Amino acid sequence: MIAVRLPTVLRPFAAGAERVEVEGTTVAEAFAALDPPLRRRLTDDQGAVRRHVNIYLGNDNIRDLDGLDTPVQDGDELLILPSVAGG
Amino acid sequence: MSEAVLLIGTKKGLWIGRSDAARTQWRLDGPVPEFEMQGVYAVGIDTRGDRPRLFVGGTSEHWGPAVFHSDDLGATWAEPPEGSLGFPADAGASLERVWQIQPAPAGQPGVVYAGSQPSALWKSTDGGVTFELVRGLWDHPHRTEWGAGFGGQAVHTVLPHPTDAEQVSVAMSTGGVYQTADGGTTWKPANQGIQATFFPDPYPEFGQCVHKLAGHPDVPERMFAQNHHGVYRSDDGGAIWKSIADGLPSDFGFPIVVHPHEPATVYVFPLIADGNRIPTEAKCRVYRSRDAGSTWEPLSAGLPDVSYVPVLRDAMTTDTADPAGVYVGTRDGCVYASADGGDSWAEVARHLPDVLTVRAAVVG
Repeated sequence: MIAVRLPTVLRPFAAGAERVEVEGTTVAEAFAALDPPLRRRLTDDQGAVRRHVNIYLGNDNIRDLDGLDTPVQDGDELLILPSVAGG
Repeated sequence: MSEAVLLIGTKKGLWIGRSDAARTQWRLDGPVPEFEMQGVYAVGIDTRGDRPRLFVGGTSEHWGPAVFHSDDLGATWAEPPEGSLGFPADAGASLERVWQIQPAPAGQPGVVYAGSQPSALWKSTDGGVTFELVRGLWDHPHRTEWGAGFGGQAVHTVLPHPTDAEQVSVAMSTGGVYQTADGGTTWKPANQGIQATFFPDPYPEFGQCVHKLAGHPDVPERMFAQNHHGVYRSDDGGAIWKSIADGLPSDFGFPIVVHPHEPATVYVFPLIADGNRIPTEAKCRVYRSRDAGSTWEPLSAGLPDVSYVPVLRDAMTTDTADPAGVYVGTRDGCVYASADGGDSWAEVARHLPDVLTVRAAVVG
């Protein structure tokens, strides 16, 4: 299972949970297994990661890896963090 | 028992005002807004059904845009799991923001339109729960030439014909006015006479920066437009536009609305100029014409005598009650309401974030 850890503001889309567990061999597959209302906050209508959403695998932003194609394996944890943006 | 509801969309969330039907004493829900930290660019109130349905189009800078609806006057909000609207894969675009949510006239139950950034029109036939992209406008050959105004490139106004479901007008910045007469399959620009001060040719076929369109259901052939410099009226359904700016202190501004029961009564909020976007004379003044734009009068009773902030394109509205309510929201987070067609005003809210949109209705 892949764990997806959520910031407080997204927990209402996961019945209040701080983390959800899903199956998948890539970040994209893991996201596809998320409830759609939660998934849509992370990726846009074309399936791309939203610009001000950062997704970390360990200490690495997946943008610096293979993006949504980044491989994940059982026990991995994806940390979702909003970037510092807005005013 | 009738009550009144006022939706105030701001840059950082939705505030809901409530009143009795007299609309002279308002209180805001709160203290925390709904859709906190979201830019609420579009709100809507659909009074056609058994019970009123409220709409909110909000955009989180982090988590993206979404449209929600409420059937209990804002106590709870819902969206379908896959969202209300999104571009199909072959469109090659992603939804950035919803700028307009416009229920269709009474004769088209279930039909609700939405306008978005990037410039697209959306149509719902299930009461505004889910929307489909109107391909005829999206596939228009002019689309690649539509530009982005200061606020982004968006269809910000949808004006359905009051009786003919095949006819719809939209306005976009930039691009101007486009109209369909065949239910959205084909679209033509309708900007003849509207100036584009930012092009070498000031009267192009399209490309104008029309800030807002308005009309009255009793006189469907007459339309009003507040342009990026220029206030216009068309008496032939948008074929030709003529200036009605004489008598106004400036032809620059964003909103324009029509009185719900007097088709010749129209309201604008003049700003000095494109390069100086503060109210004329630095006074908060709504201007009203009761003769379709031939003459204008400033409305001042209850409005601030000193103000340096604009009213944005969707931040002026009317309700449909009698006497008519008129509402304006400012960029410094104030909302003023008139329950007598604009003769006198009272402050409903202050110190909110920038007001982007307002809608009001007497319901129940």
